[in-house]
Amino acid sequence: MSVMVARKKVVRKWEKLPGRNTFCCDGRIMMARQKGIFYLTLFLILGTCALFFAFECRYLAVQLSPAIPVFAAVLFLFAMATLLRTSFSDPGVIPRALPDEAAFIEMEIEATNGTVPQGQRPPPRIKNFQINNQIVKLKYCYTCKIFRPPRASHCSICDNCVERFDHHCPWVGNCVGKRNYRYFYLFILSLSLLTIYIFTFNIVYVALTGLGLGLFLGCSQSLTVLTVLEVLICFFTLWSVVGLTGFHTFLVALNQTTNEDIKGSWTGKNRVQNPYSHGNIVKNCCEVLCGPLPPSVLDRRGILQQEESTAQEESCPRGPRLCLCAQTDTLHGGVFMQVTAVFSLQVPAPPLSHAEMPEEKQLTSGELPVPPQDAGQAEH
Amino acid sequence: CPPQVHSLQELRRSASLATKVFVQRDYSDGTTCQFQTKFPPELESRIERQLFEETVKTLNGFYAEAEKIGGSSYLEGCLACATAYFIFLCMETHYEKVLKKISKYIQDQNEKIYAPRGLLLTDPLERGMRVIEISIYEDRCSSGSSSSGSSSSSSSGGGGGAGGR
Repeated sequence: MSVMVARKKVVRKWEKLPGRNTFCCDGRIMMARQKGIFYLTLFLILGTCALFFAFECRYLAVQLSPAIPVFAAVLFLFAMATLLRTSFSDPGVIPRALPDEAAFIEMEIEATNGTVPQGQRPPPRIKNFQINNQIVKLKYCYTCKIFRPPRASHCSICDNCVERFDHHCPWVGNCVGKRNYRYFYLFILSLSLLTIYIFTFNIVYVALTGLGLGLFLGCSQSLTVLTVLEVLICFFTLWSVVGLTGFHTFLVALNQTTNEDIKGSWTGKNRVQNPYSHGNIVKNCCEVLCGPLPPSVLDRRGILQQEESTAQEESCPRGPRLCLCAQTDTLHGGVFMQVTAVFSLQVPAPPLSHAEMPEEKQLTSGELPVPPQDAGQAEH
Repeated sequence: CPPQVHSLQELRRSASLATKVFVQRDYSDGTTCQFQTKFPPELESRIERQLFEETVKTLNGFYAEAEKIGGSSYLEGCLACATAYFIFLCMETHYEKVLKKISKYIQDQNEKIYAPRGLLLTDPLERGMRVIEISIYEDRCSSGSSSSGSSSSSSSGGGGGAGGR
């Protein structure tokens, strides 16, 4: 028994968070579950830039100016920094309601709607609010058991409600929401500039070295192939990324989200005008890109109440091994729910379900909430 | 039992949780973080309306300060962008600074005003900025008579708010 106590693992809150996210570096990094396309993005950017720096830059730095690779390096580093920031940060996930809160809201809803007789479908749970003299409806989220704030939406891929939900981007492997929209925008902007830059200088390189001739004369075949590959990648990336940047510039200028644009929330004669727009393009841009950045409310690295982890240790004969499994499995993401299922065997808990299980363990009635943990509180 | 004046520590030892009240967000000003100042009926017998409203209004003021869009927030945003956001590794954002102030204020309010009345405010940050959770405690020694008394009064006032517990 003393051996188990010595190896007791600290359980952090990210391990029990509902939703389909993957967490790395002990909760510091948060991503969606499917990361394949994100790895492809990384590979394309790193690969193309590596080829550019290795081959074209060496020639161009000597022949034209050494500033060319320097500027390319700055753009590349900025694009990578903003990409990683978009992919790894919390997009603005709204934590699910704890059981007390959910019950309170349910009672309020029943008080307004009245109890529904058996067999009848309950009315949709919508609250009306007036924002800037326009009526905006708030929808009730059945998964998270909350009334979603305006502009929030539930992402079905990550199974979370996200504030100011824009879209779920597989290329960055994460949702784009209130907290990481500016990083996303700066990423696609810097990537557009980088793509245009590399494309232009590849053309210049081909023109200067007369590689076009070289193709026919059959010399330096491998270099030619690589250059052509770069040009092709840049060409296709250009059309997609530059187009996307243009679209998002339009959205930023009007202070709209992709979600609202697709649903047509603010267009059409019978719809309300966008109440969040300041009416001024500069002001909208400033607010979206340079406005204050709210910290994450998820508190991923906060330590979960110790009573539960001790209870698990005492009741489980294979405690330490289980804990080790938990650590490795959550990193792989795919077996996140399996891990939470295993923990549920140790603690008396209701049957496995995304929404309910973790909250039941977080706050037991009759206990005062733990004072705020400063270490984990204000995350990026 | 005589009416108790509770400090926070005493509260933890001698009281048990009776019910919780949730003060919801007020979205009439857009998506900024503001809470409704409407006085919950469950607190009718526990605290003066004015004190409660004062607390919520001060909190709303703090949140408005955190989310204020103006010269200093733009400067911070532009500086952060220029350093590719690496500056946040060593610097705290304005928002985080205000959140620390809020946390201190709530603790202060709990110690001075709410705990002596058997109430406890939870920082909205711990509830995802959705609600201000107010826990209502009952004295354990007088749990037999007063809890049933207060639960009946709160249920009549709050439309079954305490009944679910």
